[in-house]
Amino acid sequence: MKSLYTWGAIALLVAASTAGDVLLSLAMKRIGDLGELRRRHGLGAVLQRILALSSFWMGIACMTVAFFSLLVALSWADVSLVAPAATSLTFLTTALAAKFFLNENVDRRRWLSAVLVGVGVALLAF
Amino acid sequence: MTFRKYLVLAAMILFNALGDVSLSYGMKQVGAIHAGRLTDAVAAVFTPWVVLGILLLLCFFACYLSALSWADLSYVIPATALGYVVIALLSQWLLDETVTLTRWAGIALVGGGVLFLARGPALTTTEKPVDPVAAAEGGS
Repeated sequence: MKSLYTWGAIALLVAASTAGDVLLSLAMKRIGDLGELRRRHGLGAVLQRILALSSFWMGIACMTVAFFSLLVALSWADVSLVAPAATSLTFLTTALAAKFFLNENVDRRRWLSAVLVGVGVALLAF
Repeated sequence: MTFRKYLVLAAMILFNALGDVSLSYGMKQVGAIHAGRLTDAVAAVFTPWVVLGILLLLCFFACYLSALSWADLSYVIPATALGYVVIALLSQWLLDETVTLTRWAGIALVGGGVLFLARGPALTTTEKPVDPVAAAEGGS
């Protein structure tokens, strides 16, 4: 029963953090190179641009849901299960989401590294 | 990719790893949160190790947003995995454990995966490049 709760929290964590990452990526791509912007117009201008974007705030909302699912999952199970399980899955879900929602060129190199990293992170837990 | 951008990625990886360690240490001290009392999760936010974890993760977040402004999501996310190698190695040293063969395999796979990733382009260039200079750097 407890492991069912744990996996439920992990599933919510993966879904919310993937959605959050996609929204934040959309927001940042809309602004362009933050380092460049900061050098030209200062940190205030960077913050102002970021905080004005609705996709940024939707991303933050998703990240908040993900953060509390992580806290709850960590209290039910070891970090050595939760962190690798959630992140392994997140590598695959973000690669998929990046391809379909962000039109990124997720080529064979990106897929292979997502799989290598996902399996590697899972192995680190043992 | 400039040296400065690699520095931002490295800082992002370290802040993420240290933040996660601090958070999980803090939550271990708080103990199990029961499904009927989810408000305990809110109370847990105000314990010292969780506060430190949150501060470190805020630093991570700043680096992460910057990275996303000049690199693809499918490039930045796998790169963060290098933090797990850092955690694994640090906990071996600090706790004086022997590294098992499975862990070495995990370290090799994550490290190899990130190195392989880093040899490719950081940014998809078929889309309208916001800054031609940054796009050219991302493609090299």
